[in-house]
Amino acid sequence: MILLDRVSKTYNRRGPALERISLHVEPKEFVIIVGPSGAGKSTLFKLLTREEKPTSGKIIVGGIDYEHLQDRDVPLLRRKIGVVFQDFKLLNNKTVYENVAFALEIAGITNAEIKHTVPKVLDVVGLKGKESNYPLELSGGERQRVAIARAIIRQPKILIADEPTGNLDPKHAWDVIKVLEKINKFGTTVLLTTHNQEIVNALKRRVVTIRDGHIVSDRAVGQYKNT
Amino acid sequence: MKDHKYITLERIIKNGFINFGRNVWLAIAAIAMMAITLTILLFAIIANSTFTHTISDLTSHIDVVEYLKDSTTQQQVNTQLKQLKALPNVASAAYTSKVDALKTYEQQNANNPTLLAAISETDNPLPASITIKPVDPDKLQDIQDFLNKPNQKALQSDPTSYSGDRKAAIDNITAATHFFQQAGIIGIIIFIVISMLIIFNTIRMAIFNRRDELIIMRLLGASTSYIRGPFVVETMLYGAAAAAISLIVVWSLFKIASSTLQASSLGLLDIGYSNNYFSRHSVSILTIQLMVGILIGAASSLIATRRYLKFNRQ
Repeated sequence: MILLDRVSKTYNRRGPALERISLHVEPKEFVIIVGPSGAGKSTLFKLLTREEKPTSGKIIVGGIDYEHLQDRDVPLLRRKIGVVFQDFKLLNNKTVYENVAFALEIAGITNAEIKHTVPKVLDVVGLKGKESNYPLELSGGERQRVAIARAIIRQPKILIADEPTGNLDPKHAWDVIKVLEKINKFGTTVLLTTHNQEIVNALKRRVVTIRDGHIVSDRAVGQYKNT
Repeated sequence: MKDHKYITLERIIKNGFINFGRNVWLAIAAIAMMAITLTILLFAIIANSTFTHTISDLTSHIDVVEYLKDSTTQQQVNTQLKQLKALPNVASAAYTSKVDALKTYEQQNANNPTLLAAISETDNPLPASITIKPVDPDKLQDIQDFLNKPNQKALQSDPTSYSGDRKAAIDNITAATHFFQQAGIIGIIIFIVISMLIIFNTIRMAIFNRRDELIIMRLLGASTSYIRGPFVVETMLYGAAAAAISLIVVWSLFKIASSTLQASSLGLLDIGYSNNYFSRHSVSILTIQLMVGILIGAASSLIATRRYLKFNRQ
C-alpha cells in the first residue's frame, strides 16, 4: 500500500530533513508516527501527498510510483489520499456542509450525489445537526471532525492525519482518535502523527519513531518514548 | 467522463461569477481602464470610417474642367471625348454645350436678377466645356499631359480647372486620417498594456485574499484548470462589463452631441455620419468590443495566474 525505499529529502541550505528512510505500510494498517518537532514527520507527509519531491529514493503509494507521476496527475493522486491537518484548514466562510461538499465538488461529483453523501459522512463523524454551522461556531474537536469528514468523503484508501489532536483538549482529542479508529475499521489505512503520549500508549498500534530524519524504531505494538 | 467535465466546467463558470460579484469593487480600476481602452478603440474605428467616408465624398467631387473655344466643332469635341475616355485614369468625360452652360447658370442664379440681367445683355459669354472625372485624383498627370498637347491647347478658351483647392483639402484630411490611425494604434496599445498590468494586480490581490482557499483546493486535489478557471471567467466578465460601459458612454456622448451641438460636423469630423455609422453597426461594434474586452481579460488572467499561483511547485 505504502512503500518508501531509501528516501531522502534535503531542503536548500539546510541539512537533510529525511535521510534514507525505508517504510512499508500494509493495507488497512493503523500506523502512528512519533518523534520530536523537526524530526521529519511533516516532511514525510508532504512527500506522500506530493507537496514535495524526494531528493532521492523511491515512493510507491497505492500502486502509483511517484517517480513516474506527472504534475498534471498530482490532483488525481490527492483525491485518493485523505489528509487531515493540525490547523484543520477549513474554509471559514463556508458552512460545515459546504466544507465537506467542497471535496466532492472539485472532483466533479454531481450535486445529487453530494446531497446524498455529505449527511452520511457527517453522521459517521458525529456532526449530524451541525450542517449549517460555520467552522468558527464549532469547538476545536468538532472542527477537526469536519476536516476528517472532508478527508474521508471520497472514500480514500489512505488517510494521513498530521497532528490532528495537536490543538485539542484531551476529551476532544479522544473524540477525534475514535473517529479515526472507526474509519480504519471500515478498511482505510491510517497514518497518524501525534505528540500525545497517552493516546499512543492507549491505542496499542504500530509505532514508528523518527528522529533527526531517521527511523529509529518501528514496533508492531509500540509505546511512546519520551526523549 | 464527459459528465464530470461538464459539471466541472459549470462549476468553474459559476465560481467565476461568484468571484466577480465578490471582487467587483476590487476590480473597479481594472474595469475602468479597460472601458477607457475600449472607448479609444471604438472612437478609432468610428473616426477611421468617418474620415474615409469624408475623403471618398470629396474625391467624388474632384473633376477637371476643360473650357473650349466657340470655334470648336462638334467633330473635334467628339474626337477629344473619345481620346479622353481612352486614358486609363479617366472615369468619365462629359460635354456641356454653350447653351447647356447658360441654362445651368440661369438655374443656379434664378434668385439673383442682377446676375441674370448681366448675362442676358450680351451674347452668351459662357464657354462650352468638357468635365472629366478621374479614377484617382492623385494621378492627374496623364490627363494634364493630354490637355497640354499643342493641338488640344489650340481648342481651349481658358486655363483648365483642376479643382486645386479641393485637392489640398483632401490631402489635409488624408494626412489627418493617417495621423489619427497611427495615434489610435499607439494609444490602444498603451492602454491595453496598462489595462493588463492593472488586471495582473487585481488578480494578484484576489489570489492573495483567497490564498487559504487556493491552498486547500490544491491539497484536496483540485485540478489546475479548476483553480485557474474561475479567475479567467472573472476577468472575462470584467472585459464584458467594460465593453458595456464603453458602449453606454459612447452612445450617451452621441446623444448629447446631436441634441446640444446643433452643428453636424466638428472640424473634419462629420458627427452626423459618425452617429449614423455607430447606429448602423451597433451589433458588430458590440461584438468587437465584447471580443476585445474578453480577450484582454482572459489573456491577462492566464498570465497572472500562471505567474502567481505557482503551479510548477505542486
